This record gives sequence, C-alpha cells and structure tokens, in this order.
Amino acid sequence: MKRSIWLCLLLAVPAFAAASEGSDWKMDPFHPNIQDKPSLQRGARLFVNYCMGCHSLKFQRYERTADDLEVPHDIFAANLIFADQKIGSLMTNAMPTEKSKAWFGAAPPDLTLVAKLRGGEWLYNYLRTFYLDPLRPFGVNNKVFPNVAMPDPFLELQGTPVEACHQVPKIAPNGGEERDPLAPGVAITHEQCGFIDVVQGTGKLTPKEFDQAVYDIVNFLYYVAEPARFERERLGIYVLLFLVVLYVFTALLGREYNKEVH
Amino acid sequence: MSGDGVNKQRRYFLIGATSVVGGVGIVGAAVPFVASWSPSAKARAAGAPVTIDFSRLNPGEMLGPIPAWRGQPIFVLYRTQAMLDELPKLDASRADPNSERPQQPAYAKNEWRSRRPEFGIYVGLCTHLGCSPKYFPAVQPEPFDAQWEGGFFCPCHGSRFDLAGRVVKGVPAPANLVVPPYSFVSDRVVTIGVDEENA
Amino acid sequence: MQEPQSTSRFPAMWTAFMGWVDRRFPATETFEYHMSKYYAPKNFNFWYYFGVIATVVLVLQLVTGIWLTMSYIPSGQGAFASVEYIMRDVQFGWLLRYLHTTGASAFFVVVYLHMFRGLMYGSYREPRELLWLIGMAIFIAMMAEGFFGYLLPWGNMSYWAAQVIVSLFGAIPVIGGGLMEWIRGDFLISEITLNRFFALHVVALPLVLIMLVFVHIVALHHVGSNNPDGIEIKKNKNAEGIPVDGIPFHPYYTIGHDLPGIVLFLFVFCAIVFYLPEMGGYFIERPNFDEANPLKTPEHIAPVWYYTPYYAMLRAATYPLFTLDAKFWGFVVMAGAIALPMGLPWLDRSPVKSIRYKGAISKTMLAIFVVSFFILGYLGTIPPSPGATALAQVCTILYFSYFVLMPWYTRVERTKPVPDRVTMR
Repeated sequence: MKRSIWLCLLLAVPAFAAASEGSDWKMDPFHPNIQDKPSLQRGARLFVNYCMGCHSLKFQRYERTADDLEVPHDIFAANLIFADQKIGSLMTNAMPTEKSKAWFGAAPPDLTLVAKLRGGEWLYNYLRTFYLDPLRPFGVNNKVFPNVAMPDPFLELQGTPVEACHQVPKIAPNGGEERDPLAPGVAITHEQCGFIDVVQGTGKLTPKEFDQAVYDIVNFLYYVAEPARFERERLGIYVLLFLVVLYVFTALLGREYNKEVH
Repeated sequence: MSGDGVNKQRRYFLIGATSVVGGVGIVGAAVPFVASWSPSAKARAAGAPVTIDFSRLNPGEMLGPIPAWRGQPIFVLYRTQAMLDELPKLDASRADPNSERPQQPAYAKNEWRSRRPEFGIYVGLCTHLGCSPKYFPAVQPEPFDAQWEGGFFCPCHGSRFDLAGRVVKGVPAPANLVVPPYSFVSDRVVTIGVDEENA
Repeated sequence: MQEPQSTSRFPAMWTAFMGWVDRRFPATETFEYHMSKYYAPKNFNFWYYFGVIATVVLVLQLVTGIWLTMSYIPSGQGAFASVEYIMRDVQFGWLLRYLHTTGASAFFVVVYLHMFRGLMYGSYREPRELLWLIGMAIFIAMMAEGFFGYLLPWGNMSYWAAQVIVSLFGAIPVIGGGLMEWIRGDFLISEITLNRFFALHVVALPLVLIMLVFVHIVALHHVGSNNPDGIEIKKNKNAEGIPVDGIPFHPYYTIGHDLPGIVLFLFVFCAIVFYLPEMGGYFIERPNFDEANPLKTPEHIAPVWYYTPYYAMLRAATYPLFTLDAKFWGFVVMAGAIALPMGLPWLDRSPVKSIRYKGAISKTMLAIFVVSFFILGYLGTIPPSPGATALAQVCTILYFSYFVLMPWYTRVERTKPVPDRVTMR
C-alpha cells in the first residue's frame, strides 16, 4: 500500500529527472564532494585509464583539470596525457565516431556533461551493476541500463559479476520481517533473484575498494560537468554578504526619505 | 516635515555612505565583464610555448618563417663563424647597434642578439609595417644594395637588417627585429615563449 | 511637498553646465517631467516594485546578452561547444551565462507579478487601456524572445522544443505546411533556423522590446500611475495643481522605495545564480546537456516553466472539431489564452477599479484564475495522462471564464464605496 502511494507521487514528479531507462533497480545514494581533491585525483586517473579510450571529455582541458585538482602540470602531463597533446589541449581521444557506431552499435558518447545529463546517482549505480549475460554482443548486461551497448570496463578491477539469487527475509504485510514462530529470532526466508554477486578472487579490488573507485570516477565526472562550481560557490558568499550590507544602507537611506512622506 | 540640521547631516551621511558602498558594488559587478575580455583558456592554449627542433639545420641556413608562437613567424638562424666575425664591423651603419631599444629580452642584448652566438632567433616581421623579410646570407652585391654584407631584406619598402636582426640606418623600419622570449631545451631544441633557461 | 534642498548646494559650475545643455536639449525638463515632478500616488505597496525590477532585469539581459554574443558561435557545429567554451574557458563566462539564464526566468516571474498587480487594481481601466495593450505586446515579445533564445544553446531540448512549437504552425489549415518551412528556412529545424533565430533573438526582438518599454513608460507617465485603491489622484489637486495624494517619484520612490527593493531582488537573484542556477532542471533543462539530435527525442519534451501554463492549455484540447484537428484547436486555445487578457479594459464593467472595492464574485473569480494558472503551469511540466488532461481541461475552462464571464459578474455584483483619498493599507 505504502509502495503504491510512493509510486503515485513519483509519477507526479517531473519526468525529466534522470530516468533509469526502464529499470527499477534500487539505487544506492551518491553524495558528491568536490572538495575531496584526492578522490577527484583518483577519479581522474581511473577515468583516463579505463574510460578515455572510448569516451572523450572534449570540452574540458588538461590544464584546468590539473589546476583544479591541485596536481602540478609536469606530473599530470607525465601520467595522464598521452600522444602529442599538450597541457592546454582539450581532452579528446582518437575514437572515430562513425566507425565506433558500427563497432559498438552506438558511438561512445562524450562524457563531459554526463553527470548533469543523467545525474551522479544514476552513474554511480550504472557503473556498478554490470553482470555477465551470454546473450549480449559483449557478454555483459546492466541492471540500471538494460541491454546497454557498452562493454564492462571494470572486469579486471571488480572481478566477474554474475546474476545470483539470494535467500532474503520474507516481508509481512505490516512491513516487518516474518518470523518462524517455532524458532524465535529467526526470519523466514525465500529466494529472490536479480542480485549481482562478484566471483571471489577474480577482481584486483575488494567490493568496498571497487565501490570507492567508482565513487571517485563519478565524483570526478561531477566535477568535470561544471569545473566553475568551486569558484561559483566561493564567490557567491562574498556577493551575498555584500548585498546584505548594501541593503542595510539603501534601506536606511530609503527610510530617511520616507519619513517625509507620511 | 523635518528639515533641521541633524536630519540633514544624517541624510547626507547616508547618501554618501550608500554611494560609496554602491560604487564598490558597481566596480565589483564590472569585474566579470571586463575580465571576460582577457584571453580565454582557449587563447592561452593556442598561445602556449612552442618547441622547435632545428637539429637538421646546417651552418649558414635559416629555418623559417615558422608560424610558431602567438601568430608570430619565427626565424631560426644558424650563423657561421665568418658571419659572427662580420657583425661588429657593421656597427657604424646600424641605427641601433647596441640594441638600446627594448626589442629583445635581457639575454639577447648583446652583439649577436641571442643567447648563443651561433643561433639567432628572431620574429620574422619587419619592424616597419610587418612584412616578411627575406634571407640573403651571402656577402655579394645585390640589386637593393651594392655593398650587401648579408642579412635580411624586406621587399615591401626596402628595409634591411643584418644577420643579428639589426636594422640599417636610413631605411623605413625604425627598430631591430624583435627577439621573442625563448630558452634552450637541449642543444638543438628551443622553446619559444618560455624565458627560463633549463638547458 | 518640500523639494530636496540639494539644488541650492550644487556648485555654480554644474548650474552653468546644465544651463548650456538645457538650451540645446530638454534634459532638466525631461528629468522633471518623468522623475522629480512626476507625481505618483503615495500608497504604492509591495505590488508596485515589479515594474522597475522588470526594467532592471531587461538591462541585465541586454548587457549579459551582448557579452555572451562576444563568445557564442551561432552555427550547428559550433553552438553547443561555444556554450561550454563560455562556461569553462572564458574568464567569468560561467557567471555571464548563469546571469542570463536566471535573468530570463526572473524576467517572467517579475512580469507575471507585474501583470497580476494590473489585474488586482484595475490598472488596465480607462485611461490606461493603451498602456495595458503595450504591456501585453511586451509580454508577447518576451515570449518570442525566450523561444528564439532557447534554440541557441543547440541542446537536445532546444532542438525538440523548437520542433514542437514550429509544428504548431503546421496545424493551421491550408497554409500550415508552407508556413512551417518558411519559419524554419529548411525542411527540418537546422542550422539555418538557428542562424535566423540568433538574429531575431540578439538584434530584432531586443530592439522591439526596448522600444515597447520606452513607449510603455511614456504612456504611463502621460496618464499617471494607478494605485491599490484604484483612485484617480489627479482628480484631487491642491492650489499649485499638484495631486494631494501624490508624491514626486524622485526621490521618494526612486531612493525611498525602489533602491532597497532592487537590492533585495538582487540578493534573491544572486542566491539563485550562485547556488541554484539550474533550479532542479526548471531553468536549465537536463536534456539540454546533450547536443541537438534530430534522431533522438528526449523522453519528455517540456517547455521552460514560464510557458507551461499555456502549453498545458494547448495539450488540453483533445477533440477535433469542424474537420479540424485537435492540434489546431489547441493552437487556437493557446493563442486565445495569451491574447484574451488584452480585452480586459473592455471586459471589466465594474464601477470600481480595484479588487479592494469589488464584490465577492470578482475576488472569487480572481482567486480561481490564479489557482488554475498555477495548476496549469504544473500540468505543463509533466507527461500527459488521462487524469492530467481532464484537470487541464477544467482549469482551462476556469481560466477562460475569468475573462469571458467578466462583463457579467463585474456588473451584477455589489461593490463597496470607493473613498476620495487613498488609503495607506
């Protein structure tokens, strides 16, 4: 009952909020933090190594990224700039659009603005819900974006993700867990499928480390979508404080004239 | 209706104070508009330092004009010892033999107008009206100068420069060829636009 | 009313300079006519800020717009990238952009409030009918300006919103198809359409808006401002010929009222510019972070919030009539909804101007009008559904009733007596 009320309210929410393309996967929350420079640095490194082969950031410059992430230009250039691009260049890649459409079914889109287009939460969950699916051209499917054309970039980091069924506690009509009356404290379980399990020992990172890595990438993309956010939020405080001061003066001056009126 | 002295003072104080605060606001508001005219990141990237490798240049040859830096064509000149020996002899006929006029960084204010005597690096634009001077290195009579001692000749209005880019007296061009900021990365590689020497 | 004492303190140089100017140009005369000797009713309230704030926002849009034009590229290849160039590479470009997008929404908030004041206090009544019509022309010009401007970022919502609105013109019988092609300049919305919308948005309509605003103020000053009581202050003048309920606009309204009001507005405005510029997808819509793509329609095409009441009315028309599509009738309903307020000076037959003295029916109808307008606005943001469409149809009828029934209800209701002098409520 409660669920259907929430569903109705959801329908009332403007539909241009980031949609999950026909999936009803329960999203984990994502809280960006662009002040966390180490996270952004890790995210930048992960992005350049695992994503940039296919996905460009064609509106963002290396120099701006290095400065905002507080990485000296020479270190940045040595580690993250390949080919003969310079520190001032835009972060383009060599993926040819027309051919990639033929190879993948869809050209890998540029990701400079993806965090604004789809939202951080969608990205955070999308990147963590690939799973093996032999019926797909690249052998993987995705819970947040069903039948996506993209291969899984994180197989070596995350490990092999497979769909699994788990025994989960049965939920009673009143919302609580059903308990076995003959075995106090033990919940009655049933099988629920649609979970993703990672095969033990197949990934370089533990699940927690992998979640952090994806967080870092999405945090980085959140920064890239609007690098001016730092300055905007910082400058805003001074502007608003100034306007408060100006308001006090103009209000006093105004009242001074208004005394004459009534 | 009040019109006594105290109120007048308060009013004038408030007018003054508000005007000052308002004035600060107007200046502050103008900053983004004025600043947005400064070169953008795109312009700064395009105008970034450029590295030139002239390892294939032979003595007596010139590389250029290379449309290298901030839209300015660059000449890289590999001078022979004979050319260098000639230079002091030409002082008398130069308009600015000692490069008093600030057409060059401090390290190029010398008789070769360069960091290293054998390599001359100049902006290939005539200081008259910006045409591209031609390289005539050979010491031989030329149609534009029977006593040609080698250097650059600008075909537009006849200005002449020696092999250190110093302008001849009495020609339309008023100054020596500009020397851009540069530094050697290695023996035969130079970065135009960066002054710090790290060779 | 005592004149400010300042003239006697001006140095002689200034007086001499102004004397020289005044013999050649009506500088002081104009300033006095429009400002220091323009007598405005002394009972202006909160609702009387929005005219001057709208002018401030107009200037803001013009200045930020000019600065954006310095870096924007109006071509299919370059437009989207040039907006990102402005946001990232141009010093303070992000600020110029957000000032302009927030300014567009602010312009409509302020103008809607300004128009509502007119509805409440009968500011469209004789002798201000022409003033009202000029104001309606400004409103329509603003809607066109916003529509042309929205195509310029060349995002996917820009593209598809233009597609939808231009195809409305296709609903007009006989000439529709040719008209669409003529507006677009091409067989589909393309770079050609972008270029002409750019010229209209940057040059043509700003000129029209500036001229209309100028004429609007001239018309206002010719007849004098209305006030919350709807009383004509010119009917009660003192021995010097000055309305007893009037005060010089300068300095009592300019400094006494508008200056702090503008600063307060700027505070709210800047809070949005610096902390909430996208307003959750209402000011800058999410699909617009994707480049224009004729092959990829956004999941849900919604116009920017300030058009949504009219968009809801457009979509509410679902029945074909007289062999013409529902699409055409939707266009008629929408155009009618925008145009109908122009008839207010002649629809309102009340003996009194201001809602303060009108009867219960007028007050109720105005309240219903406002509520319907808001509901329609909300409905315009969500995807259509049978329930939503039914509600939109009801609210559209209520919206139209406010106007269509007005000649009747303003005449039959019992009004309150209007005082001779303004009240300071």
